[in-house]
Amino acid sequence: MKQMMKGNEAVAAAAIYSGVKCFFGYPITPQTEISAYMAKHLPENGGVFLQAESEISAINMVYGAAGAGFRVMTSSSGPGMSLKQEGISFLAGADLPCVIVNVMRGGPGLGGIQPSQADYFQAVKGGGHGDYRLIVLAPASVREMAEFTVRAFNLADKWRMPVMILSDGILGQMMEAVEIDELPAVEHYEKPWAASGRGERKEHNIIKTLYLDPEELERMVFSREERYKEIAREHQDWEEYLCDDAEIVVTAYGITARIARAAVERAREKGIKAGLIRPITLYPFPVKAFENERRAVICAEMSAGQMVEDVRLAVNGRYPVYFYGRTGGMLPDEEEILNCIERAAKGEMV
Amino acid sequence: MKTIYKKPESISDKPFHYCPGCGHGVVHRLIGEVIDELGEEKNTIAVVPVGCAVMGYDYLKCDVLEAAHGRAPAVATGVKRCLPDRLVFSYQGDGDLAAIGTAETIHAAARGENITVIFINNTIYGMTGGQMAPTTLCGQVTQTSPCGRDPYTQGFPLRMCEILSQVDGVSYIERCAIDTVQHINAAKKAIKKAFIYQREHGAYSFIELLCACPTNWGMTPAQAIERVGREMSEYFPLGVYIDKIGSCGR
Repeated sequence: MKQMMKGNEAVAAAAIYSGVKCFFGYPITPQTEISAYMAKHLPENGGVFLQAESEISAINMVYGAAGAGFRVMTSSSGPGMSLKQEGISFLAGADLPCVIVNVMRGGPGLGGIQPSQADYFQAVKGGGHGDYRLIVLAPASVREMAEFTVRAFNLADKWRMPVMILSDGILGQMMEAVEIDELPAVEHYEKPWAASGRGERKEHNIIKTLYLDPEELERMVFSREERYKEIAREHQDWEEYLCDDAEIVVTAYGITARIARAAVERAREKGIKAGLIRPITLYPFPVKAFENERRAVICAEMSAGQMVEDVRLAVNGRYPVYFYGRTGGMLPDEEEILNCIERAAKGEMV
Repeated sequence: MKTIYKKPESISDKPFHYCPGCGHGVVHRLIGEVIDELGEEKNTIAVVPVGCAVMGYDYLKCDVLEAAHGRAPAVATGVKRCLPDRLVFSYQGDGDLAAIGTAETIHAAARGENITVIFINNTIYGMTGGQMAPTTLCGQVTQTSPCGRDPYTQGFPLRMCEILSQVDGVSYIERCAIDTVQHINAAKKAIKKAFIYQREHGAYSFIELLCACPTNWGMTPAQAIERVGREMSEYFPLGVYIDKIGSCGR
């Protein structure tokens, strides 16, 4: 049955559908509806909702529940996401699966409460200390907020690592129709490694991140790197729109991709061969999407220029990569992106 | 020949890395004995801290999670909320529990989480080599209070049992010392009572254990253990601070 839902509510409903046992959160705009929905609906579905004393505690509660072998989620925005980074590093270091939702707002610092995409670096390049990665999914609709949540839980369990949904204040707050009953299948994975009480096991399970022997720590990090490479081979995902003959390609993720799509359509009306590449996985970055030759690519973001660095790495100097961004809670509009496409087509974009 | 004394079943054969005179080894043993006596080895989940006791996961034969510095009560909350039938305890030092993890400590107590917190107070950061802790006594010399702790610039030592006694969610708080045989036996009784309260009454308990750190205090083990009974017990009085379950039963 189709129902109108906020993106934040869709995430929460899909997490319950995915069998989440616990949600640990802390209020911060613009993601608070996730907590509110969970507070109301998770207990009636046999789960645990707990408002923690801080985002630090919330992510460490996630560590406990994940370590015990249960599906668990937390969400936050802005400064709250920064506070969670310590725990995210530990989750990655202990190879624990969980889902973390970032409904991005403007920063740095307290910044603002309007939508933004300025946490790309934090999500994709690390955020916490040490060598680690998260799988990062970027939804662009309320439907995808729900679908990607299910996918995130499946991927987290499959690869034994934290998965982040990198959303923004618009996707979190806007309402769209979503078929909450028609979500992807929930996959089930055994967790023989969980610290759930030894029971009849011969050896005890230890969830830890400390390796005082540098050779052992290096081995752990490198084996994780191998896993990341495998993920990059298997899971690069993106959507293309009018790309077959496109000379000027706009690339954008999340809500910005929807604005860019409208700009691409208008460019086509004006006879410019424009197309759109929308990265869906931000880590692994869809490098394969940029294999075809183009005249130029324009990266549009709600930031001062973050994903554009990965686009440049993917393009590797084969053709020009331009950037257009608004930030601090401002949105690039259709007209602005269209203007970039036109300038790029004329060779005037720098 | 009859065995009259042996290592607890729930403690591994790995030799402790602790210094001579350190309280951790004694407390690990007490916890092991209690787990054995309660028959809970297969059902217990420990959360160990950052600090000297981080390698507790090598010594305890139950399942163990290593927590980030100060976050053990939050990690234990996550575990216990998923597995309410398990015996879950955190094991934390003074820097972990009363400095970087103060918020986690107080709020787990406020929620009356059904866990047991074992608090090792030795008035110093041990693993990093002897810096001032939140429980360092006034005048105590450490690496970061080289002239002795001056409470007017470096703060007063925190008395955690007294602070947590103000929190309604708490069921049982006791402070014991690891110095004399009598006190060590009392400490074991307190740990056992806390575990039983958790198992049978869903109760949050907090057991503080005053311990020696001869290496970082610059003392011999004998001098250090004497300090526990004298200076430390004077500032941190031993005794039961709260026992809501025991007093209900009377």
